[in-house]
Amino acid sequence: MISTQQLCVGFRTGSTAHTLFEGLDLHLPAGELVCFMGSNGVGKSTLLKTLAGLLPPLAGKIIGLDKNVALVLTDKITATNMTVYELVSFGQYPYLDWRVDFSASQQEIIEAAIRQVRLESLQHRKINELSDGQLQLVMIAKALAQQTPVILLDEPTAHLDLNNRVEVMNLLRSLSRKMNKSILVATHELDLALQTADRVWLATGDKKIKTGIPEDLVLDGTFDEVFQFKGFDLKTGKVEHEAHRNIKVQLAGTGYPFLWTKNALERSGYDVAEEAVIQITVYGESKTQWKMAGSLYESLSDLLAVLRLQ
Amino acid sequence: MVRANYWKKGLMLAVGLTLLFIADVTLGSISIPISSVLSGLFSQSTSNFSEIIWQFRMPKAITCLLAGAALATGGLLMQTLFRNALAGPDVLGLSSGASLMVAVVLMVGQSSLGVLAAVASHPWSQVIAASFGGMLVFTIMVTLSRFVQDNTALLIIGLMISAATSSLVAMLQFVSRSEDLQSYIIWSMGSVGSTNWQEVRVLGFAVILGIGIAYSQIKSLNALLLGESYARSLGIKIARSRLWIVISTSVLAGAVTAFCGPIAFVGLAVPHLVRLAVPTSNHKILLPLAAMGGASMLLFCDLLAHLPNRTQVLPINVITSLIGAPLVIWMIMRNKKVSV
Repeated sequence: MISTQQLCVGFRTGSTAHTLFEGLDLHLPAGELVCFMGSNGVGKSTLLKTLAGLLPPLAGKIIGLDKNVALVLTDKITATNMTVYELVSFGQYPYLDWRVDFSASQQEIIEAAIRQVRLESLQHRKINELSDGQLQLVMIAKALAQQTPVILLDEPTAHLDLNNRVEVMNLLRSLSRKMNKSILVATHELDLALQTADRVWLATGDKKIKTGIPEDLVLDGTFDEVFQFKGFDLKTGKVEHEAHRNIKVQLAGTGYPFLWTKNALERSGYDVAEEAVIQITVYGESKTQWKMAGSLYESLSDLLAVLRLQ
Repeated sequence: MVRANYWKKGLMLAVGLTLLFIADVTLGSISIPISSVLSGLFSQSTSNFSEIIWQFRMPKAITCLLAGAALATGGLLMQTLFRNALAGPDVLGLSSGASLMVAVVLMVGQSSLGVLAAVASHPWSQVIAASFGGMLVFTIMVTLSRFVQDNTALLIIGLMISAATSSLVAMLQFVSRSEDLQSYIIWSMGSVGSTNWQEVRVLGFAVILGIGIAYSQIKSLNALLLGESYARSLGIKIARSRLWIVISTSVLAGAVTAFCGPIAFVGLAVPHLVRLAVPTSNHKILLPLAAMGGASMLLFCDLLAHLPNRTQVLPINVITSLIGAPLVIWMIMRNKKVSV
């Protein structure tokens, strides 16, 4: 658990101080996953490094700061002759003397950390043979092996595909619950953060951070203010489409086939209305079919092709 | 497991090193049978062989052993500290500083100034001058390393000092007499055969000290492979470790340059060869292997420098680069990759 009192964060070049955040009273509770969001360049990494004790605060103080804070950074690991096990074992370095001898119980901690991220089968692989997603899991295992109450992660899902992003975030959330850790994730991936975070810290752009549970911040419009969405409606979670064709379509159906058909029509510039001359019905049991003006269509692309001719 | 493999390779290297050491004592302008080498070593006979072994071959072989181990260790430290595959023990500018002072003593001292002439005539003159030059640069580097934030800045400063001292040396070369110039050029080509027992003892002390400091930094060296931010988050005191690593390399490279001149290539090449042969990033394994590898490499080069049954001896630098360069190229081509 970490909390801050009137924390002022930034960096110094020469004698001038550049303040990125000021007057922060933050609280990182145990057992929760907190997503720290803000636009690029707002100072997410700087705050993370300050919380980790790598940068001195410009003013204020951090309570509960240990010298040994588990960090996952965006820094690229260039060492190639290093195995997954070796990289995870760095987590135990704070507890070693200069001889770097791991005791049996330390080896058990390292192996347990590897099991937590389910990479047992890869533990003797070289890290340069791993995918980006696997490497990120290794870095999380390293942070777990560090056995700190707090883990800070900077953009852990950057450069990952959707599947790996979800895996990483779900893992972090379950770790925060199971091991009662405070986990702070700096990210700018809104959709994922909204769905996984217990709490959001939102950098509002005026050197302040607004905190709350994600749904509250959506509904009170804080997210809209900060991100100034351009064509994205946060409350429905969808990209706005302009009905540029000026053609109304009436759609009947249920479930996912209905939703995806609606999505395809709106994306193609049709206005899906309550009542219209053009009527489309979605049939979906084992196989989805579309009926329009007496004809049956096997795919949406066929349906749209015919619709465009009208 | 994996670890047993490292032991096997380490043992092979140790055997190779022993054989090279024996060969270096045995072979030369006069080949000495191994039986005589052994009897010369273990009895106090005063035969010619014994004289050659104890006065020339042994100090030379031990110098190779120490200098090779020192340079390779220094090179490994610098490559890790700067996370740069092209770093070697000379990147801190120590050998350049040493070269400058030796150039001053050899090229200016002998001809003009009284004090310098006195220094130049002293049998330890080159050693003293090189040590002084190395220490001067070392002091500058250690002082600066406390002010600059990151390692790349330190690397660039080292290279700049090298460049500046090289141009001063060039200036001295331009204005000096040709016979003084020649003795400087011979010094700059490196030599392992000119050390006496007293010098070997001093060199040995410096090398053991330097390698000892390097061993005390194993944990920091390993952590530095992850970059400075991660290292600090693991509780490593970066500034202090960097200071010790710089001190260790300076002692190692400085001592070798003082007694043997600026020996090229061993410090750059051997850590790469070791990492290619034994793919690990753990300095607990890399440090002893690099030391043994460096010693083997320099002994091997010295063997080639003493063409069998000839009195002529080639300068050691000619051999180190000529052997080392193709060796590294071959290893890289075979492994497709080089890393720190």
